[in-house]
Amino acid sequence: MPLPRGVANNVGRKLFRFVLTIQGLGAFALITLGVILRKFGTAKSLIRPLIRHEISRAGLRLLPMFIFVSAALGLLVIGQSVSWLTRVGAINYLGTIMVLVVVRELGPLLTALLVLARVGTANVIELGTARALGEVEALEALGIDPVHYLVVPRVIGMSIGAFALTVYLILGALLSGYLWAFLQDVPLRPADYFAQLAGALSGLDFALLALKTLAFGFIISLVTCYHGLAQPLRLEEVSFATVRAVAQSVIAFVLLDAIFILIYLLV
Amino acid sequence: MDRADQNPEPAPPIEMHDVSASSLRDQNIIVVEGVQWTVQKGDYWLVAGLQGAGKSDFLMMTAGLVPPAAGSYRFFGEPMPIFDEHRLKKRLALGLVFETGQLFNHLTVLENIALPFSYHEKMTNAQAQKAVAPLIEELELGPWTDSTPGAIGRNWQKRVGLARALALKPKILLVDNPLSGVDPRHASRWLGFLDRLSKGHSWLNGEPVTLVVTAADLRPWKGRARQYAVLREKRFTVMGDWSQIGAASDELTHELLES
Repeated sequence: MPLPRGVANNVGRKLFRFVLTIQGLGAFALITLGVILRKFGTAKSLIRPLIRHEISRAGLRLLPMFIFVSAALGLLVIGQSVSWLTRVGAINYLGTIMVLVVVRELGPLLTALLVLARVGTANVIELGTARALGEVEALEALGIDPVHYLVVPRVIGMSIGAFALTVYLILGALLSGYLWAFLQDVPLRPADYFAQLAGALSGLDFALLALKTLAFGFIISLVTCYHGLAQPLRLEEVSFATVRAVAQSVIAFVLLDAIFILIYLLV
Repeated sequence: MDRADQNPEPAPPIEMHDVSASSLRDQNIIVVEGVQWTVQKGDYWLVAGLQGAGKSDFLMMTAGLVPPAAGSYRFFGEPMPIFDEHRLKKRLALGLVFETGQLFNHLTVLENIALPFSYHEKMTNAQAQKAVAPLIEELELGPWTDSTPGAIGRNWQKRVGLARALALKPKILLVDNPLSGVDPRHASRWLGFLDRLSKGHSWLNGEPVTLVVTAADLRPWKGRARQYAVLREKRFTVMGDWSQIGAASDELTHELLES
């Protein structure tokens, strides 16, 4: 039986909008990468402090929250796995589980979600408001490329910030994981635990972790900047743009994560 | 080869033939069409029109923020808009003052004014801020330098917008409705300052600036601007000097004189 006309129209509209968004984001990503390369040395004295500011905003300033989250993540993973591993006599796999769960999956994904929530949303609101108040036109009137001044520092800063925070989160979770295991009287010496971790990690893990976290940071900055800047906005549209940016970033995280799972399986 | 070929006349700052301008927000909406207009060096134009006539959109197109919807627009002989890097220097000869200032809310007043210097002159923030100090003094913005735009009044926001547009010492200055929403004292200061710019100001090394100003009320500009044009119903009409404005018999010109 064919779908009712209204449903088909609705699905068609959504699909069409999805394709347009992908196209817009792709074009915006290419423009941004082009500007990064082309204007690498332009207005260094102005752009570099902006990049440092963004690294601080998307990295350093979130560190206290990440220390708390890393402790909670260690507890979560160890708390759940220790009792089961002890029951089946597989406590020697604790390190492997930590690497699989924390290093490969939860660490990067949780970091990306937190950076999106804390910095990404603020980014859309800031840029959307700036756009609605005509600040982008003001930059253009001054001969300043808005992508260079507003987007490039955010893209570089957030990518580096997300990478650094993932590393801190993973290190914190691995350390707190052992602490929680120790508090649960798991018969595992620190040297054995770290040997398990080292045994479970390969060079590929480091390379893919770096790539994945940088890509997450790139996605957050790109999607949030795109929704804040790429089209004319009125003030009342900023909240909708923020919601759209968050939803699309999360979808992009899941798709990127799936690609990395495939890479892990294939390599 | 005659003398004229050897030293060709420099191209006028603004030259429009059959130009149409669209709305900045929706480029499918045409706000003015068929503009035939030439602005010569040193001119002081006032473009008048009622609210909603499309003055701001026309000025944005003139500033090169959007391409003309139709026709040919040349700025010092270069086709507008100019977005490419290698022609940017030419484009920076044009300054634009927005009606509401359109300042960067995350920067202080001083940082707003110094921003074009920092970006284009490869200066550190401190160097750029030092370079614009005379401009800040001239426009009496000293008490507000460390404030953000949201913390100062509209009168002063507009003045910061003027200072920012003048930072790079433009040869052509477009000013959108400078007297709207300002008190009489600030209005008088604006009129006097634009006069001085038009005659040659020390900040611009005494060189007269070519001015294009928009307004919804013609009266304050009597004896100030030297050339007048009116925007009505998508038409751009060059009126000539003040005597021709006074002699005009149409309803709109009377409205603009009585508003």
